Amino acid sequence: MIKLIIFIYFFAFLVGQSKEMSVGDIIKTMDDNLNAKSRILTSKMIIHGRRASRTIESKNWVIGTDKAFTEYLSPPREAGTKMLKLDDKLWIYSPQTDRVIQISGHMLRQSVMGSDMSYNDIMEDRPMIELYEATLEGSIQIEGRDHWIMLLTAKVKGLSYHMRRAWIDKEYLLPMKEELYAKSGKLLKTSTMDGIKKIQNRWFPSRFVFKDELKRNGKGTEWVIDGIEFDSDIPESRFSKARLRK
Amino acid sequence: MMIKIAIKNLLGARLRTILNVFVTAFSFFLILFMSAMYDGMLQHAKQVTMDTEIAGGAYWHPEYDPLDPMRFEDAHSTLPSEIQSLVDQNTAFPVLVSQASIYPAGRIMPAIMKGIKPDQNIVNMPTNSLSGHDDISIPVLIGKGMASDTKLEVGDTFTIRWLDADRTYDADEGTVVHIMDIENFKLDMGHIWIPLDRSQSMLSMEEEATYVTYKKGAPQIHKTEGWIHRDINYLVQDMEAIIEADKPGAQVMYVILLALAAMGIFNAQVLSIFRRGREIGTLMALGMTRTRVVGLFTLEGGLNALLAAAATLIFFGPILYHFGVNGIPLPIDYTEMGMIMAKRLVPIYTTGLVVSTTVLVSIVVLIVSYIPSRRIARMKPTDSLRGKAVV
Repeated sequence: MIKLIIFIYFFAFLVGQSKEMSVGDIIKTMDDNLNAKSRILTSKMIIHGRRASRTIESKNWVIGTDKAFTEYLSPPREAGTKMLKLDDKLWIYSPQTDRVIQISGHMLRQSVMGSDMSYNDIMEDRPMIELYEATLEGSIQIEGRDHWIMLLTAKVKGLSYHMRRAWIDKEYLLPMKEELYAKSGKLLKTSTMDGIKKIQNRWFPSRFVFKDELKRNGKGTEWVIDGIEFDSDIPESRFSKARLRK
Repeated sequence: MMIKIAIKNLLGARLRTILNVFVTAFSFFLILFMSAMYDGMLQHAKQVTMDTEIAGGAYWHPEYDPLDPMRFEDAHSTLPSEIQSLVDQNTAFPVLVSQASIYPAGRIMPAIMKGIKPDQNIVNMPTNSLSGHDDISIPVLIGKGMASDTKLEVGDTFTIRWLDADRTYDADEGTVVHIMDIENFKLDMGHIWIPLDRSQSMLSMEEEATYVTYKKGAPQIHKTEGWIHRDINYLVQDMEAIIEADKPGAQVMYVILLALAAMGIFNAQVLSIFRRGREIGTLMALGMTRTRVVGLFTLEGGLNALLAAAATLIFFGPILYHFGVNGIPLPIDYTEMGMIMAKRLVPIYTTGLVVSTTVLVSIVVLIVSYIPSRRIARMKPTDSLRGKAVV
């Protein structure tokens, strides 16, 4: 009987331990949820302008955080445009000009296809744990779900955003809402995610909304994931510059 | 003797001479006036650029190219010691250039953000309006064109976003402290001017600059440590090229005007030879050589140019003088169209311009007078006396 009580206490202690994750564990799990060994996804980017909205469909092939290839499928004006990211370099192929250009320096600040995302935003997908120092600010309930509020401050130089505040769902371990701040503390952008689904043993959102908070009356950009496949085999040839022209 | 006959014949032709002289004088006036306008434009543009931007010249950071904003982020460093000494002696001032995004009324717009010393007095810009605003986060000076594009007024605030030296985004509120009415569009369109020390701290580029503009007469630096010396001739060459590129259009018009005048004279000469056959025959019968007769007719035509010059002076001189003194008010502001143009354009009449235009018009008139007169050489005096025209 005593043994049983000790076992129950010990088990309860272990369960309690797992619920009290460290800040580092939370960030790492969040990174693991968002990043994968590889992924292939089809998505729609809905760019809401002042007067009208545009929808751009694309297919992405991603390996880790270093290699990504995107092909735009529609509308006809954008169809055939391809982007290749290798480490910190980004190339774009435009079928209209039949040219491959490298996006670098200040061009990385430009918006992607007129959306609220910049090339820099796409480029910075290294794990948060490597880039930011996290501080737990507290917990909050949003729409009946428990969230941690995490303040992330840059620990390496050269990041676009000096500070981020993330509302991380305690069950999904995903940043349901994120605020991106300038060095001065001014809010620059926000991103939210919803439509969380369990895909291949991980929670993953089916819709992101990015918004440039400095633009007044801006309605933001939606990124809707139509289909995603994790840890598939992607041939290395997919990430060659020659592939851009094919 | 010849000149007397020529004048007598010319005056005898009355209306024909008046029309020829008037057309030639009008062409003369327009060519002179338009060339003077171009010279005036160039001179004004040069003067404004030197006053507001170039002063004596500049030293550029090796990576700086004003036409390539993508390279601005690499075009900055501390000043070489000799250039720094010019700055310390107040004979030069540094400018730090960077790209920024501004959000006037919540709309995003790209801008070139330039940090300048508010107390500089080397170029004619109201930079002193940037000083003494300790209560304002970022005091901003903009031009009239930029104010119109962004719909900003003095006292308005707007967000400025930039990337610092580490390529991290930063943003703060800028407040318009002054709107300058400057003719140099290069300092106005797409530009925001802020105090240098503020821009250095915002960009984390303490004591750094992109270029240094020096006063006229400042000693030239030899140890520039890679910084590139740009003299006035280099800095105004783009503007000269723009004006030069526009000249062929004007030259086509000169040709048309000259052709009009030449055709009038040519026509008058041909008609004279047809109608004055008996006179030509009599002159030759009385012993005048053919060459002298040709000379007489050419002289008659040539006198048109002389009379045209006098007519230009009498009839169009006062107009040229009036425009030369008061200028011509332009109906629109060309600054917004990317041109350095005065609100009143003053033509400049140089001696070279007047002499070259006179010579050009005279040569053209002489040639068109001579060509029909050559036919006289083929005339027989007997036929001419009978009034037979030249074939």
